[in-house]
Amino acid sequence: MELVNPGIGLIFWMALSFGLLLFILGKFVWPPVMRALHEREKNIELALHEADKAREEMKQLLFTNEIMMLEAKDERDKLIGEARVIKESLIEEARLKAGEEANRMIENARERIHFEKMAAITELKNQIANLSIEIAEKVIRRELSDPVRQEEIVRNSLNEINLN
Amino acid sequence: MGKFYLVFLLYFLSFPAVFSAGNPQGKNSGEETTEHAEEFNAGVMIIDHIIDSYEWHIATIGHTHISIPLPVILFDQGKLHVFSSSRFHHGNDAYKGFKIETAQGANRGKIVKVKEGTTETDPEVSKPLDFSITKNVVGVFVSFIVLLLVFFSVAKAYKRNAGHAPKGIQSILEPLILFIRDEIAKPSIGHSYEKFMPFLLTMFFFIFFTNLIGLIPIFPGGANVTGNIGVTMVLALFTFFMTSFSANKSYWLHIFNTPGVPWWLKFPIPLFPIIEITGAVVKPFVLMIRLFANITAGHIIVLGFMSLIFVFAKISPGLGYGVSLVSVFFAIFISLLELLVAFIQAYVFTLLSALYFGMATEEHSHAEDHH
Repeated sequence: MELVNPGIGLIFWMALSFGLLLFILGKFVWPPVMRALHEREKNIELALHEADKAREEMKQLLFTNEIMMLEAKDERDKLIGEARVIKESLIEEARLKAGEEANRMIENARERIHFEKMAAITELKNQIANLSIEIAEKVIRRELSDPVRQEEIVRNSLNEINLN
Repeated sequence: MGKFYLVFLLYFLSFPAVFSAGNPQGKNSGEETTEHAEEFNAGVMIIDHIIDSYEWHIATIGHTHISIPLPVILFDQGKLHVFSSSRFHHGNDAYKGFKIETAQGANRGKIVKVKEGTTETDPEVSKPLDFSITKNVVGVFVSFIVLLLVFFSVAKAYKRNAGHAPKGIQSILEPLILFIRDEIAKPSIGHSYEKFMPFLLTMFFFIFFTNLIGLIPIFPGGANVTGNIGVTMVLALFTFFMTSFSANKSYWLHIFNTPGVPWWLKFPIPLFPIIEITGAVVKPFVLMIRLFANITAGHIIVLGFMSLIFVFAKISPGLGYGVSLVSVFFAIFISLLELLVAFIQAYVFTLLSALYFGMATEEHSHAEDHH
């Protein structure tokens, strides 16, 4: 019966075809396919892993951000505080310095005034002396003629000078 | 459901019309029908459809056979004969001293030698070596070409969109490839599965595609390739040789000197080795029979339902029409079942092959515990 009585020809052609198919597919098709599948799986796994890592990092980053922000806030507060202290001390110092300077200037001015006054007084005195001498000269010159007159002249001269 | 009944009813209501229309010629064609009816033998028809053939028969209209003649290649007494099978005139003629045996028996449908100058079979001389490109060989070639076309395009697709999601035909086949790798190869073979992947994939897709092509009723489908025992034998032999050549030491040790078995079972009568060797041979034998029987059975059932139409039509044409509805319905049902079987048998063949490879390459660290 043909049904269970295989023909040699069919067996030969089948073996040839299937052997060739095994060879061709096994050489040109399955290796790249399997490699591509494997690589894609690896990539997907890697991508998932990386996404996980990224998420973790993000969390970490957010956390550090918050900490940094808090630190920055603290820092700012501290800086502001310090600035305020510095400002106050600066103002205080400036005020003190200004006061001192003013005092010094006042003192200077006072000394100068005193000095100028002395100089003026000295000059005055010199002038008075000169005038006195001039007067005395005049007086002496007139004295010779009229004593009353001399006295009058002295008095007038003195009046004329008048410490101004 | 209501629609279905309506169609059913209409179908049967139209019978009287068919009868009355058919009757005038009834006498005329009636004779022919009886003539054909006597010729029609469901068993012979079915067997003729599922066995190999030297021509690819497509249809018979009236007395005209529409078929594709295929090349006949014969080696006879050191001489090569190549000619078209159309020389046999559908098996009616002898050519160059050869003919297709039409008588019932072991050689039915095969090429035999005839007595000089006659068309009678010469039982004295041996049959020629027959390497003809028969219908099933063409079927194998068709599968071969389809597989190459499909999988080269798939391989190209994998190269083209490497690292991206599969597209088109690639996305249809990828689940199957992954299925074979993850559900068949990995669990059955273990860590060395990669070595067997090309074989298992080729085996699976060859059987699956050939089964499916075999379900297409017209050329180039319809050849009962995987339902031919020669084809399944070659497939099983490939598995057998693959198993034997990749087997490690412990596999052979288990066959020839099974550990943990009393010595008197191995010597002087090597009872256990005989059993083990039988087992190793029976495994591929079972593979061969299972695939052959399943696919052939499917074809036989569909053809059987078709034959029912003609068997009943012989009794009365009306009955033939009536039965045709049921037959077609069942044939469709069986064909759908065959789609499932096409996959299941490819899967089973591949799975069992993988299991055998797994057995052959398994490392028996606790050899003494077995058996």
